[in-house]
Amino acid sequence: MLRHNLPALIVVVPLLGGILTPILFRRGARPWAWATFVVASTFALSVALLLQVRGVLPAWSAYPSYPMGSWPIPWGIELRLDPLGAFVLVIISLVATVVTFAARRSLEREIPEDRRHFFYAVWILCITGFLGITITGDAFNVYVLLETASLASYILVGMGRDRDRRALKASVNYLLLGSIGACLILLGIGYIYMVTGTLNMADMAARLGEIRAKWEGGEMIYRRTVMVAVAFFAVGIGLKLALFPLHAWLPDAYTYAPSMASALLAGISTKVGAYVAMRFFFTVLGPEVSFRPIPTGTILQWCAAAGIVYGSLMALRQTEVKRILAYSSVAQVGYIALGIGIATPTGLQGSIVHLLNHAITKSGLFVALAAVALQAKGTTLVDLRGLGRRMPVTMAAFTAGGLGLIGIPMTAGFVSKWYLVKASIEQGLILPVVAVVVGSLLALAYVWRVVEAVYQPSADPGVREAPWSVVVSTWILIGASLFFGLHATLTSRLSLEAAHALLRGGP
Amino acid sequence: MNWLARYNDWVAILLMMIGLYAIVGRKNLVKKLIGLSLFQTGIFLFFISIGKVDGGTAPVYFEPAGRDWVRYSNALPTALILTGIVVSVSTLAVALAITVSLHRAYGTVEVDEIEKADQDAPS
Repeated sequence: MLRHNLPALIVVVPLLGGILTPILFRRGARPWAWATFVVASTFALSVALLLQVRGVLPAWSAYPSYPMGSWPIPWGIELRLDPLGAFVLVIISLVATVVTFAARRSLEREIPEDRRHFFYAVWILCITGFLGITITGDAFNVYVLLETASLASYILVGMGRDRDRRALKASVNYLLLGSIGACLILLGIGYIYMVTGTLNMADMAARLGEIRAKWEGGEMIYRRTVMVAVAFFAVGIGLKLALFPLHAWLPDAYTYAPSMASALLAGISTKVGAYVAMRFFFTVLGPEVSFRPIPTGTILQWCAAAGIVYGSLMALRQTEVKRILAYSSVAQVGYIALGIGIATPTGLQGSIVHLLNHAITKSGLFVALAAVALQAKGTTLVDLRGLGRRMPVTMAAFTAGGLGLIGIPMTAGFVSKWYLVKASIEQGLILPVVAVVVGSLLALAYVWRVVEAVYQPSADPGVREAPWSVVVSTWILIGASLFFGLHATLTSRLSLEAAHALLRGGP
Repeated sequence: MNWLARYNDWVAILLMMIGLYAIVGRKNLVKKLIGLSLFQTGIFLFFISIGKVDGGTAPVYFEPAGRDWVRYSNALPTALILTGIVVSVSTLAVALAITVSLHRAYGTVEVDEIEKADQDAPS
């Protein structure tokens, strides 16, 4: 019974869990304990789903498709799981679980008690939205869940107002840009609906094949409609993904959000944006439709390359460490978009591996910073000075994560950059190679600035090591990124499989 | 083709552009949010007009007098927009709540004045 309904449970459990939080648990650490329990159970569910997809556990009867509420597909909403979806699901729920576990002390400091249970409710709903996007097979459902997750993210960012009122400004900017992005995605779905008459992704993909035959036969109206849809998707998803030059909301949002909310959003939100891009460009539209009529691939490569260089340069100029990491995220999103733009198996493999690597590395770094925010006065470079002596375990993790951002060999960042460079050379592209190399050198510089400050001798003697729950969580995330740097075979195999499945087009 | 024949599309595009202009060009947050609502409404109108079938009537089942068939409009885009409106209303509610908090924190909802207040008093 249970194994037949796992795809539905992964959305239903956190949805109910989130709504019940402020009703059932109000005092002290109870909302946190409940949130950790709910999010950890989604992790257990997604691991079980991954095992079902890999054929280790017996899957549900209609695998890989799951008709929600038993409405026949394509009329009802379909949940669908392929190797890529299962992979992303595990990453998201892993990061979410670890960050939720670590969040308690930091949120006790940053969120007033009368609002904390609502905060945890929104927190779980945010995770619900992102998990839902990953598993759904219905285009309109993607829009609704994306808005669920985004609305929750705006609130999470805005809750930083008790620490710094600029969080409100960041939140409203994020909301305006995010809503425009979502509306453009909705328009794109509308255009595809106009030519295919369906909302089911697999059905859309099948019908678009016939539509392409029609425009190759001379009916150009179909080609034009699909081109408009591709353009709307590219800009709309670009806004959600914070792809340069549509990244304006990201630095402020990550800087002023509560420390742990930054860790959650940095680990999950842009990654799911990238996942939506892969889904629409490859599974629904297919590489032939999304990259041939308009040069989406080339545009993505240029934006990505510009974003890598711009994000790294801006990171170099900041003194607030949260802001350094935020601008570094703009650059890292560039790497993911670069692989999507190259659109070969190796390029996509690089993107997917980087999706995993960056999710765990960046959220690990933000959790380490949350520990600093908890113990020290602030998170500027001056506040971090000398913390290498005072908080040795946390800062060692931070340094290891920083090395992962640069992408030196033996860290996870190296593996994904390697695939991206390999893909560019295979295609004879110079620009991406230059961008990756320049980006890595600049990353070396901005990580070095932080690490240099951390290991200076002068230190505030009052600062102590962070609580064990935060330290352990930081090391789980950073340790995972080191592990995937050393044992690259597991992620490479999974991601190559996913990349081939995407490039075949269709479900 | 008479360009006025597609007036529904023109209205949708006009509304979207007015909305987008208000979001980008106005300094007052409440006006920006009105712009966002207009932008979304434009998209909703566009969606609803996709579902119109020539000569089709409202998709409510009835026994027609004198004919043995009825042509219905496509109800699906309308149903989608029902959900879209819910999303848009919740977005607006969250946005207004944040605006109220902004007003409490800064005493204004003008973006340039908020910007100035932060530059004058860096925390």
